[in-house]
Amino acid sequence: MRYADSLQKVLEALKPGERLSDFFLRQEAAVNGTTEEEVFRRMEENLKAMEEAAEKGLRPGLKSVSGLTGGDAFRVKAAGEAGKLPGGALLNGLMYRALAVAELNAAMGRVVAAPTAGSCGILPAVILTVGDAAGADRKARVMALVTAGGVGYVIARRASLSGAECGCQAECGSAAAMAAAAAAELAGGTPEMSVHACALALKNHLGLACDPVAGLVEVPCVKRNAFCASAALVAANLALAGVRSVIPADEVMDAMKAIGKMMPAAIRETAEGGLADTPTGRRLADGIFGRD
Amino acid sequence: MGERIKNAAPGGVRRKTIPRRRTRGAPQRDGRQKERSANAVDLFSIIGPVMIGPSSSHTAGAVRLGRAARALLGEEPGEAEVVFYGSFARTGKGHGTDLAVVGGLLGMPMDDERIRDSFRLAEAAGLSVTFSRKIDGGGRHPNSMELRLTGKSGKKLSLSGSSVGGGNILVNRVDEYSVSFTGEYCTLAVFHRDEPGMVSRVTGALADSGVNIAQMRVSRADRGGDAIMLIETDQPVNRATAERIRALEGVTGAMAMDRL
Repeated sequence: MRYADSLQKVLEALKPGERLSDFFLRQEAAVNGTTEEEVFRRMEENLKAMEEAAEKGLRPGLKSVSGLTGGDAFRVKAAGEAGKLPGGALLNGLMYRALAVAELNAAMGRVVAAPTAGSCGILPAVILTVGDAAGADRKARVMALVTAGGVGYVIARRASLSGAECGCQAECGSAAAMAAAAAAELAGGTPEMSVHACALALKNHLGLACDPVAGLVEVPCVKRNAFCASAALVAANLALAGVRSVIPADEVMDAMKAIGKMMPAAIRETAEGGLADTPTGRRLADGIFGRD
Repeated sequence: MGERIKNAAPGGVRRKTIPRRRTRGAPQRDGRQKERSANAVDLFSIIGPVMIGPSSSHTAGAVRLGRAARALLGEEPGEAEVVFYGSFARTGKGHGTDLAVVGGLLGMPMDDERIRDSFRLAEAAGLSVTFSRKIDGGGRHPNSMELRLTGKSGKKLSLSGSSVGGGNILVNRVDEYSVSFTGEYCTLAVFHRDEPGMVSRVTGALADSGVNIAQMRVSRADRGGDAIMLIETDQPVNRATAERIRALEGVTGAMAMDRL
């Protein structure tokens, strides 16, 4: 049975009582001729790198190579902890962790591409923050990453993870979908709930353009990581409450791919349209690179 | 100039297709058929690589291209000329592509936090690097570069390659030879004379040491002149085997590279 490009078929292939993470761990080990322990160990290294990035990115003086981003993670955390922001600790945690990792990325720090560098803040923010909220232990967090990886792999096979091919819906949208599925599992949801969470999150990002200012992975990319982390939480909450995505996950992926093909090149990672083409965007680009 | 697969006598040249990692970023341009088994999963192509940011194509991939050149040179580089094409030329400065390639030339891995500091470390190591930028890349992949190295011994090596997305690379030229390798596997580069029996001798030495060949290509500049074998292997080629291959009749050089 082919299932690597269909979440519906993944659900049908699950053994009784098996979670998505158990399934993907089992498949990864079997198909690649390794052991589940080794796969777990490697994924735990990724979790460790994500945790370190979320810490390092909180430095107040952090600045990207271009100077366009940096320091907002610190700012948001401080304002939240000072009680200045509506939204509570959970939302604050999602936001500042996503910003921290994304800002660290722009400052040439060490991050985990998940699935890409531009979207690297979303999954760590969700795993760490929802993990804390759900009282999840380390093993559960690593397994949540396995779920995210498996879901992302299906999206890659069926649609795309590439901003150049399908716009930001494929990068940050996919990361949000992966994180939503992982969050639902962390909070004790069923595999079906994870798949609905994935569909709901991905649906919310359809049509999202990739129009980075000056062609750099900074504006709007860094702050978008915060939006997408919170979108993942919304999707997980909806799914855990029993809300179903009317359009099944596989069809949402197909729609994402089809929309990507309709998107003009100017908003598919070419820095030619949208925000990249605003007066401020052009001025910033000239300032960083000089006129050609 | 051309490339072809030679048939070797013992066992022949085996060509296997192995599920390849998905590349993100710009679509794959090498025209290779990517075959994947129906149920293959590769979690670590999605969660990972661990890398220095900001861009898997413009930073991590650039490190790997520097690593490839250093590994093929086989010694400490003293001088490097780097030419950036296309998007590397246009946005490399903001992506730290220059810092990244110098980090790779110094042998740093993709996730080395010293990459930010690579210019200063290069100077301390006696490596001088010059950069030039050509925004019009001709027909090249949008993220392409050329590297021309001079080792501390005076030995020279040039390499051309592209960063195809997700931190993955494709090296398409080594010196005057047209090649195609990704650094995803351990890779053995054997420089040799173009004459009968060469492939057989080299693959025989690999077989004797229990090394399985995943993919292999032979490329020559002129018939009967010099040639290069690029052999991607499932297991690393150990020092003794590499020495044995280096000593084979007709072999002028051999470099065993770990996964880049």
